[in-house]
Amino acid sequence: MFSGFMVNTWTVATIVAVVAGVVGFFVVLRGSAFVADALPTGAFAGAAGASLIGVNTLVGLGVFSLAGALGIGWLGRRGRHDVATALTLVLMLGLGALFLSFSVEYAPEIYSLLFGEVLGISVNEVAPVAALGAVCVVAIMVMFRPLMLASVMPELGEARGVRSYRIEMYFLVVIALATSMALPVVGALLIFSLMIGPPAAARSVTDDPYLAMALSVVIAMGTVWAAIAASYASNWPVGFFVGMIGAFCYGAGRGWAAWRRTRVGHGATSTALAR
Amino acid sequence: MTERQPYVSSDEVLAVDGISVWLSGREILHDVRFSLRRGQFAGLIGSNGAGKTTLLRVILGLTAPTAGDVRIGGEPRARRSGGVGYVPQKIQLDPDMPLRARDLVGLGLDGHRFGIPLPSRSRRRLVEEMLRAVGAEKFGDARVGNLSGGEQQRVLIAHALISGPKLLLLDEPLANLDIRSEQEVVSLLARIAKEQQVAVLLSAHEINPLLPVMDRVVYLAAGRAASGTASEVVRTEVLSELYGHHVDVIRVHDRLLVVAGRADEPGAPVSHDDAAPVARAW
Ligand SMILES: Nc1ncnc2c1ncn2[C@@H]1O[C@H](COP(=O)(O)OP(=O)(O)OP(=O)(O)O)[C@@H](O)[C@H]1O
Ligand SMILES: [Mg+2]
Repeated sequence: MFSGFMVNTWTVATIVAVVAGVVGFFVVLRGSAFVADALPTGAFAGAAGASLIGVNTLVGLGVFSLAGALGIGWLGRRGRHDVATALTLVLMLGLGALFLSFSVEYAPEIYSLLFGEVLGISVNEVAPVAALGAVCVVAIMVMFRPLMLASVMPELGEARGVRSYRIEMYFLVVIALATSMALPVVGALLIFSLMIGPPAAARSVTDDPYLAMALSVVIAMGTVWAAIAASYASNWPVGFFVGMIGAFCYGAGRGWAAWRRTRVGHGATSTALAR
Repeated sequence: MTERQPYVSSDEVLAVDGISVWLSGREILHDVRFSLRRGQFAGLIGSNGAGKTTLLRVILGLTAPTAGDVRIGGEPRARRSGGVGYVPQKIQLDPDMPLRARDLVGLGLDGHRFGIPLPSRSRRRLVEEMLRAVGAEKFGDARVGNLSGGEQQRVLIAHALISGPKLLLLDEPLANLDIRSEQEVVSLLARIAKEQQVAVLLSAHEINPLLPVMDRVVYLAAGRAASGTASEVVRTEVLSELYGHHVDVIRVHDRLLVVAGRADEPGAPVSHDDAAPVARAW
């Protein structure tokens, strides 16, 4: 389980988990879960298009997720964000449907793009994933405070000279990068669950933003490792385990938060003062 | 520039000079001018839609005026430069957000900077000091989204003050506060203005809670402004001129009432949408 090509699997899965934990922390904080769902799903259409015209699927992924991110940002500038996201997603999926109708013979490859191929990663996939992952994490660390301020209350950021539109675009591009990086490995559906479950769980456990981000990374790593091990042992798809464990983490986090609230509530007049 | 040279004093913190703002083809503000000096506490009074938020956004550099200019500390207002603290009107803090009051105050110091802050003793001490200055030390470790409206107000004041601005703008901080918290926040701000020599400009619907501490009034009505001390501005002649129709200013005990129409006319309305932002009859 730890030998041969499985080493690549562990390495890449760990990188993906770190990126998902870091980027996902802000995805959840900003309430951009829908974007994190739409970008990988729509980018998958790009991969289908690329394989149709005989280009590397990674290029199709990159182009579509980047175009999707910019589209969401641009459309969302005036209108509602969820509508902008839905519109972009619909456009990309429409194209995807067309591409797929032309290329039925690629079905297995498409399937692996949706659900990932985490158990079959080759050694030359490790370096690009590591490089893109590093870019994502560094980008988030660099813009941590302005992004935080703009996410907490955009007006506070604006008053301090943080341009929320620029920050938003920047962040969307990071989500697009993370998507292109992780999608061929864990699949369009899994990257999303990994970006939402662990950060959502982490933030119900702690009030400290830095700790919450670290915890989100730890939970994401735990989720992926456990899922790979379980998949290896049972031969069930990794995606099934990632989805289940992610949802379980979130549930456990909420349960923990509720339990903490009732405990704090006893013998204190105010939750705020008691902590 | 006109030939009229504005009066510039060395402790002038804010000069609003002939500001006009048009939005969507409507003139929202017309030739607004006033200035504030260090340590002055000013009330920006006006009814709903009078243009208070618009004026504060112009001062912040977030809305571009159609005419006129704003100077801060004698310097022309550079777009999005620091030096001004701001507490917005709508405070929306998500209770699910992992962010403690002290984190939000800290972001007031360096939230615009890149990178993550290194743990530093002096930064921590400054945050602690600021929390204490606004009476928020008891809930410094609480999640901001869970705090009450009044508590969040204090945390945001600390957030706005920690970078040591010369000017503090607050947009209706007294809305949603009960009378006791209202008085506490007003006297807190008045004390901060005096102790830290910050010019405070606070917008409100009502003038009365501010009367005991206010050095200046900027009164907005019908897109225009009158400014001066309360006794200079809140007078029947001045406000009638500003509104463009007759209003009466009545003093009842220590409270001021602005009443539309002539008080001696039978059936005169006691309050009018446009003319009774200053005080209500109860
Ligand atoms: N972006 C905009 N486009 C068009 N009109 C605007 C815009 N922003 C504000 N207005 C108009 O300008 C006027 C003043 O608005 P503003 O928000 O400054 O009022 P306010 O005094 O803060 O009111 P309130 O007490 O309700 O907060 C309103 O009539 C409003 O409709
Ligand atoms: Mg307003």
